[in-house]
Amino acid sequence: MNPTRRRRLWFVLALLAAAALAATLVAFALQRNVAYLYTPNEVLSGAAGEAVSSGDARFRLGGMVETGSFRREDGSLVARFRVTDGDAQLEVVYDRMLPDLFREGQAVVATGRMREGVFVAEDVLAKHDETYVPKEVADKMGLAHARHNVEDAPPAEAGQ
Amino acid sequence: MLPELGQAALLLALVAALLQALLPLAGAAGGRASWMAVARPAAYAQLALLLFAYAVLTLAFVQQDFSVKYVADNSNSLLPMVYRFTAVWGAHEGSMLLWVLMLAVWNAAVALWSRRLPEVVMARVLGVIGLVAIGFLSFLAFTSNPFLRLLPAPLEGHDLNPLLQDPGMIVHPPMLYVGYIGFVVPFAFAIAALLEGQVDARWLRWARPWTNVAWGFLTLGIMLGSWWAYYELGWGGWWFWDPVENASFMPWLAGAALIHSQAATEKRGSFGGWTLLLAIATFSLSLLGAFLVRSGVLTSVHSFAADPGRGLFILAFLAAVIGGALALYVLRAPGLPQGRPFAAASRETLLLVNNLLLTAACAMVLLGTLYPLLADALALGKVSVGPPYFGTLFIVLMAPLVLLVPLGPLTRWQQEQASRPLALLLPWLGLALALGAVGYFMAPQGPLKTAVGVSAALWVGLGTARFAWSRLRASGRAFTPEMLGMVLGHAGIAVFLVGALLVEAQHVQREVAMSPGDSARIGRYEFRLEGVERVQGPNYVADRGLVQVFRDDRPLALLHPEKRAYASGGQIMTDAGIHAGVFADAFAALGEPLGNGAWAVRLQVKPFVRWIWAGALLMALGGFVTATDRRFRRVSANSPAPRAGARGGTD
Repeated sequence: MNPTRRRRLWFVLALLAAAALAATLVAFALQRNVAYLYTPNEVLSGAAGEAVSSGDARFRLGGMVETGSFRREDGSLVARFRVTDGDAQLEVVYDRMLPDLFREGQAVVATGRMREGVFVAEDVLAKHDETYVPKEVADKMGLAHARHNVEDAPPAEAGQ
Repeated sequence: MLPELGQAALLLALVAALLQALLPLAGAAGGRASWMAVARPAAYAQLALLLFAYAVLTLAFVQQDFSVKYVADNSNSLLPMVYRFTAVWGAHEGSMLLWVLMLAVWNAAVALWSRRLPEVVMARVLGVIGLVAIGFLSFLAFTSNPFLRLLPAPLEGHDLNPLLQDPGMIVHPPMLYVGYIGFVVPFAFAIAALLEGQVDARWLRWARPWTNVAWGFLTLGIMLGSWWAYYELGWGGWWFWDPVENASFMPWLAGAALIHSQAATEKRGSFGGWTLLLAIATFSLSLLGAFLVRSGVLTSVHSFAADPGRGLFILAFLAAVIGGALALYVLRAPGLPQGRPFAAASRETLLLVNNLLLTAACAMVLLGTLYPLLADALALGKVSVGPPYFGTLFIVLMAPLVLLVPLGPLTRWQQEQASRPLALLLPWLGLALALGAVGYFMAPQGPLKTAVGVSAALWVGLGTARFAWSRLRASGRAFTPEMLGMVLGHAGIAVFLVGALLVEAQHVQREVAMSPGDSARIGRYEFRLEGVERVQGPNYVADRGLVQVFRDDRPLALLHPEKRAYASGGQIMTDAGIHAGVFADAFAALGEPLGNGAWAVRLQVKPFVRWIWAGALLMALGGFVTATDRRFRRVSANSPAPRAGARGGTD
């Protein structure tokens, strides 16, 4: 093998090794950091899987904040509310500051895990825009609505 | 009447773009000088027409012409004057108009400053930019017309999204767009080179400053966005790995790689094909960014209009541009001349590794950003990829790059004795590690991150200074603006590392319930809520907190965090109170009232957070300074780089 070829071979081998290492790292990191979105019904019916209902898996809970469900003790940060998808409701507890656009009757996506039948949220997101429902929540809610023959709210535009 | 004229201007600009694309490209292929001569006037005409359209829309906002739907949707009579100007790009249609205006500015600039290029090359470069302009102008005119009428006109408009009613927003989008769309120039150059079938060092020398300027603006845009998110969203974070942030970060990474590979290709003729591919990739990622932001396919905290028709249009455009460019590349790239051979220990190798790492980081971000889309399409469920994925992998990929940065400038082209630059830098490495160890023992928390941050920043900073010193000392060798730009850019990395790593290691955040008179302590800082008062703004009512901050028990600042309720639509907005300091920021944001006069308050101490943006500023400055090098403006081809088709490859 002439030196040019040998150098190329080494280069290709190094590239392959780097690619393999990168792929492994990426797969590993993705697997650990992906959070699935479930609705209360999927969590409570067990459709989301055992790991979710037992509290082993961190996931995102999507739905609407049920009207009239928001409670908070005077002078304390701890808030409790229910998230609903029309079929089922799930109690959520959160002990940090809620986002500006958090409101009853609005869409919300909370990240956290189940603990003794209650969803303990680490992070709550409401959308920047009051007319905007997160697409992934809208998709899932759309399914629930279709089952209940509820007329869908038109998919509103953001930035209004 | 005026809005109709604005719309007519848009359509005429589209016609001008058609002329600019078709005639010069056909003329270049057939050697017709008169057809090629159309390119420049068409470019100027486009700029004039779009300036007019933009002025019309601005005027509609200033005069509160609610018969224009876009104006009625994005402003109301209470909107302060300055935000009437910025509201023009506050939503989808107007920001698209700004986008095509920026494209027209680059276009006209290329037309103006391309006199040194051979006529055929100029015609092709402008023709390709014209093709891109056709895509964006028809997107604007046919799916996102900002001049649509709303009849009968409403008496009052909605409002500009309160998040955008902020000084940071005045400059963030224009800067970002200038950067994004600026990558059209290296892209057009790459396509022209492929059409020509050769990479000429002279053209590369001509293309380099454009890439540097576009990248500099993109850096500024991203920096301003990060700064805005820091004080306006009330979370106190500076980077969220949000899909829209990623959309701007991917072309930034690819652009950073492109700057380096262009330098190697221009000076040594190395990686000519790779440079062209990278130019195509960088612009494609800019387009992908536009698609991700505007189609609403991704769930993001930013999210623009979610309109599948628009998404489809951009997707088709994206496919045409990327597909066409790559097909051309596959056809033509194998015929490109090879550069001069280089040894394993050489600056070429280091630049190659730089490119490898930056593109790998870019691919990693791309994968993480698109993974939710893929998973959804493959029915794997609705997922999101968490920041730890990006953070971990980014650090893994960038750590070796940080190690190599100081070596690059000190290493010779073609062949280098590896021990020489290492010996030059060894004392500085020792110093960086020693001070890192000091940081380890002095840090109140996060000692390991602090040590790594201090060492990495000093290593890059001292190593770069070492290069600058040796250059300045060596008499007879000029210290060119190109070198100065590189030194500034690398120094920017050092400053950025101080900010990013130390703020991650040292920042403290507390969310507490506070009643007036309550205090909370964070390290040396103490925050006391004095009270909350109601204030009236021009178009909002706010609860304004008075938070007295003490450092080491001495009064430091009085912060005024606000919770604003906007008159129109009742949107709630947080405006954080921040005491900015060179070494630390004290940050307070109001949450919601908790009853009994108590408020949820978010308190943070952010050491060195300003250094993040200072570093980015330095990097941008580096890009601009490099572009001023007079070498790039030389007419003749008396450079050491190989001429077109020159022999002297590896085989």
